[in-house]
Amino acid sequence: MAAEKRALFRSQWLPYALLLPQVIVTIVFFFLPAGQALIQSTQIQDAFGGSLQFVGLDNFRDLFNDALYLESFKVTALFSILVAGLGLTISLILAVFADRVVRGAGVYKTLLIWPYAVAPAIAAVLWLFLFNPTLGIVAHWLTSAGVDWNYLLYGNQALMLVVIAAVWKQVSYNFLFFLAGLQSIPKSLLEAAAIDGAGPVKRFATIVFPLLSPTTFFLLVVNIVYAFFDTFGIIDAATSGGPGQATEILVYKVYKDGFKGLDLGGSAAQSVVLMTIVITLTVIQFRYVERKVQY
Amino acid sequence: MIENRPLLTWISYIVLTIGVAIVAFPVYVTLVASTRTAQEVLQAPMPLTPGTHMLENYAAVLAHGAGESGAGVGRMMVNSLISALVIAIGKIAISLLSAFAIVYFRFPFRRFFFWMIFVTLMLPVEVRILPTYKVVADLGMLDTYAGLTIPLIASATATFLFRQFFLTIPDELAEAARIDGAGPMRFFWDVVLPLSRPNIAALFVILFIYGWNQYLWPLLVTTQEDMYTTVIGIKRMISGGDAATDWNLVMATAMLAMLPPALVVLLMQRWFVKGLVDAEK
Repeated sequence: MAAEKRALFRSQWLPYALLLPQVIVTIVFFFLPAGQALIQSTQIQDAFGGSLQFVGLDNFRDLFNDALYLESFKVTALFSILVAGLGLTISLILAVFADRVVRGAGVYKTLLIWPYAVAPAIAAVLWLFLFNPTLGIVAHWLTSAGVDWNYLLYGNQALMLVVIAAVWKQVSYNFLFFLAGLQSIPKSLLEAAAIDGAGPVKRFATIVFPLLSPTTFFLLVVNIVYAFFDTFGIIDAATSGGPGQATEILVYKVYKDGFKGLDLGGSAAQSVVLMTIVITLTVIQFRYVERKVQY
Repeated sequence: MIENRPLLTWISYIVLTIGVAIVAFPVYVTLVASTRTAQEVLQAPMPLTPGTHMLENYAAVLAHGAGESGAGVGRMMVNSLISALVIAIGKIAISLLSAFAIVYFRFPFRRFFFWMIFVTLMLPVEVRILPTYKVVADLGMLDTYAGLTIPLIASATATFLFRQFFLTIPDELAEAARIDGAGPMRFFWDVVLPLSRPNIAALFVILFIYGWNQYLWPLLVTTQEDMYTTVIGIKRMISGGDAATDWNLVMATAMLAMLPPALVVLLMQRWFVKGLVDAEK
């Protein structure tokens, strides 16, 4: 909180009254549940749903000895790398060309940004329909081309499907930020380079891409957060984590173990691990990203 | 443009057009499927030109959903609309008030409250699913609009955004208001609120989409069909397996689920872009 106001109003009670609604919601729906998750993560419940027992860090030890949980970590890592990597690459390519185009730039922009408005679960349904092994049109093309396509059976195909849906939805967001970043690069730099004989590829590699790096880094963090947390709807609607565990990312596993498996302690311990991840990502975002990104 | 390279310009148009086509393709197929009969959709490959059953498909899902599920998508759209509006307006309202308190007053624990709101950024629903569900269940808010919306209306992002903006309002305005004898709430209504209009509009677009597209939370707190939001309704429609699914009706529902947020983005594009950029600062 750097800047502060000089002209202020005085009241003993008004500021508290103004903060009250936000604070109530925050305490009741954020802090109480988060505290509860912390407490539950150190307890186990007996098989009959009766007494709770304090077990210290046992739940966490079990978690990290659980091959399924470690597998879910691996799936999440692979999924995020693919979503962030593909998403950033595709949107950068589109943004670079959109930045070049003079006529119709606005139309292309409009036609590229609307997938942001589509709910993740709906995005999943659209792609699932295309890739459905019995009636999907793309699946039909793949089968005709000799590909043994059935994402309900093959884990890597299921992962590919959710990655495509996730990237499709996120490209619009990345595109907008890359385009804004590209448009803020001083034209004089590029003109000077062009006069010195640097072609488009060389200019991109030596001027545009380095100057774009704050935007790229910012988008990288945002995309990782997106892949970790906002893709729950895609996973649930498209594959429900399957086949086997092939698309069971961490967020989906918390939900499954908690709601379907009713493993309170284990699910709470997973929540705490996830919280740690969010906190780390948020700190990175605020400490290293905020001040370096310019619009 | 730095230099004239006709070939590169052509390549640009080609790449962009291919990009737009790929982005639009799934929605086009969805639109086509929503205008055909269930049998036509089931033949592989499905025809890629629009059919003639658009009106009856949409009328059918709006009235009674897909198959025998019963709850109409019309009802679900109303649920989605109510949730999206309450979430967007609620977030904006409580964030405006909190930011006003934090910027224009000095009081004990000010910083404490500020950080308290900040920390909610680090606690998305996904990481505290079970306990939050339990709180809502204990409060008797399952299957209610209050349960669908209130747990989601705390907003660190909106509070920061308004705080940031209030700090740029010249101090002279507040001084003038005080000299003229206006109290803090009068100043809030007559000066701060009108000045915040562009920020409110931008944030509204983003938050409306956020509210409309909610998935995990409505999935947990709604068990009765007449409380489903559209997005949840679709998920329930396809969970019966391929044979039991009327894909033409599911696709009509998907079109309906996409339409309101997509319209908001397209019609309020300027505010949408501003909202996205502001919200991430």
